[in-house]
Amino acid sequence: MNRIVTYKLAPGVLLLAAAAVLPLVSDGYWLSIATTAMMYIALSTSWALFSGPTHLIALSTGAFFGIGGYLVGTGMSDYDQSFWTMAQIAPVVATALALLVGLATLRLSGVYFVIFTLGLAEMVRNLVSWVQNNFLGSRGLYVLTDFTEAHIYWMLLAVAAVVFLAGSWINQSRLGFALRIIGNDEEVARHVGINTAWSKVILFMTTGFFAALVGAIVAPRYSYIEPNVVFSPELSFMVVIMALLGGVHRLWGPLVGVIPFTLAWEAITVSFPNSTTLFLGLSFLLIVYLIPHGFTGLFETMLGRMRK
Amino acid sequence: MTYKLKRRAMVFGAGAALGISTLMTSTALAAEPIKFGVVAHLTGPLAGGEAVTHTPNIEFWANQVNARGGLKVDGEMRPVEIITYDDKTNPAEHIKAVQRLATQDEVDFMLSPYGTGFNIAAAPIYAKYNYPLVAVSAITDQIPTLTKRFPNMFFTLGTTSGFVEGVRDTLVTMRDAGTIGNRVAMVNVADAFGIELADKARPMLAEAGFEIVYDKSYPLGTPDLSPVIKGAKNAEPDAFVAWSYPPDTFGLTEQAIIEDLNVKVFYTAVATAFPAYAGKFGAKIEGNIGAGGVNPDTPIMQEYRTNHKAVTGKEADYWASATYYSSLQVLEQAIEGVGTIDRAATVEFIKTNSFDTVIGTISFDENNNSERYWSVGQWRDGVFRAVADTGMGDSVSAVAKDGWN
Repeated sequence: MNRIVTYKLAPGVLLLAAAAVLPLVSDGYWLSIATTAMMYIALSTSWALFSGPTHLIALSTGAFFGIGGYLVGTGMSDYDQSFWTMAQIAPVVATALALLVGLATLRLSGVYFVIFTLGLAEMVRNLVSWVQNNFLGSRGLYVLTDFTEAHIYWMLLAVAAVVFLAGSWINQSRLGFALRIIGNDEEVARHVGINTAWSKVILFMTTGFFAALVGAIVAPRYSYIEPNVVFSPELSFMVVIMALLGGVHRLWGPLVGVIPFTLAWEAITVSFPNSTTLFLGLSFLLIVYLIPHGFTGLFETMLGRMRK
Repeated sequence: MTYKLKRRAMVFGAGAALGISTLMTSTALAAEPIKFGVVAHLTGPLAGGEAVTHTPNIEFWANQVNARGGLKVDGEMRPVEIITYDDKTNPAEHIKAVQRLATQDEVDFMLSPYGTGFNIAAAPIYAKYNYPLVAVSAITDQIPTLTKRFPNMFFTLGTTSGFVEGVRDTLVTMRDAGTIGNRVAMVNVADAFGIELADKARPMLAEAGFEIVYDKSYPLGTPDLSPVIKGAKNAEPDAFVAWSYPPDTFGLTEQAIIEDLNVKVFYTAVATAFPAYAGKFGAKIEGNIGAGGVNPDTPIMQEYRTNHKAVTGKEADYWASATYYSSLQVLEQAIEGVGTIDRAATVEFIKTNSFDTVIGTISFDENNNSERYWSVGQWRDGVFRAVADTGMGDSVSAVAKDGWN
């Protein structure tokens, strides 16, 4: 048993170690790409924890990410709180919100849930603007810290590692088993006595927690927080696309999606600076038509063919 | 699989061909060009402002400098080359692109981005590689804090307080002249900058003895602003002040025309200075007041506006356009002043010298701030003239608006 655990952990530990020394090798261009990639790895993997087994496409990443960034911004610049205090408060607030949203919507099925989560980022943005406008006022949300890009990268790496640990624990737990049953057939799941609503809510809260934590950590990188920038619907879509590219039925799926996507995106931005959005659309189409089950699905099919 | 690889190879091949052809056109010139990088919002929410205020000026400036033969560096005339990346108005993309310009393209200098947030987000990277950052489209009250942290950063377009003070002074002058009474209706867009300006204006106007008879906000992106204007109209104000963003500047004006909001002062903030504003409403906005303004009467400004139109085919806006062009002139004169590509020396040169630009002489104080800017303008016969300023001293006095005809 212990040996199996070691075998499973060893590649992860090696990858983690390799990732951790990156800032010592490159502190410029590649680090800034790696930081963005690490942000998406943490976001996509935690997104897939919920959306992978349940097949519910949640477009709420932007909302939770925004809460993280916004709370750090407002806490540091309007209330003189430290970054660390706010980075602890933000995920808790997001988790509470995920609980409320989950309770209200996860009893709904399929498409209603998707539509609701799409509107969530916009709703939260308007809500915080309303509160700020009517009760708090604003002096501009500055997040000025002494963190370098390397610090932010390491923090994101730590979060990503925790997401992986949490994910592998959930997959092996009764909760993960229950979610897989729910994903395959919710009727059956209910029939065998699984509390489907709560199982989904708990996973949704986990996703919200990590997205807000990532948002909080990234805030010092942006230095200045504007609600319409951090509550970006585009972020929600990018996370979904990268996760789907990798494949969501394996924990490491999003990881193999994010890295090639980030690099390809970089190549597109450099070669065609005037038409990046066009290429984003084309790559969406290519992913959906050519690799519907993501890279992991592709690998597994190829592996299956070789075995034959 | 092979099919896919081929397709990818084709895409990259096309990219490489494109790269080579641009390379060839630039090597056709005698000396090696000086590379300037800029990360622009070619797409996304801020693309509109970028396209009015920044992009044409960069094109115009590069054209002017290269027409002269380039910049004199190391004893020879070197042309300028602009490398542009799109960030889709996304800070993460922006940071990555600035980093790419600095370390992959190894550009010699960088031009400042559009928007307060983007200037501040990019500032750490400019600082790390010693790039001078002459910010224009960045209005903040945190200038001393920011320039202490980023000593290579310079500000040219003023502070948030300066903007509100400009409006207050305009209103006070008009009240003292007996043009308007005490009643002010104030509205704001419920987003970062709008909230900040309204927050500052409330106590400032009250202190100046004005009565705020209507105080409302509306969410960013509100399509129907008629309730806002109707509410303001019912309060019977003498002056209407809106801390607005581009879409609502247009929306509020349109509704005010429909409702025939009869005020002596009609102020809208961002985008009032855009030529498109006059283009849309024509003579109806005669006497409208807004953020920005220029002095259109100096020969140098007239020359700038004429040539800007001739080269880019676009009218320069009446606010940050000229200031942005001036920031490029500051950079240009500092580079030639140093006489060699030495960014640290260029930063030092900017701090300690003054520069002749299309908006007059620019120099920076101990906080790297240029305390010379126009803050309020008024549409008069198709020209948006400055009626309040800080340190310029050439504003005209504002007149009452006489209906929407």
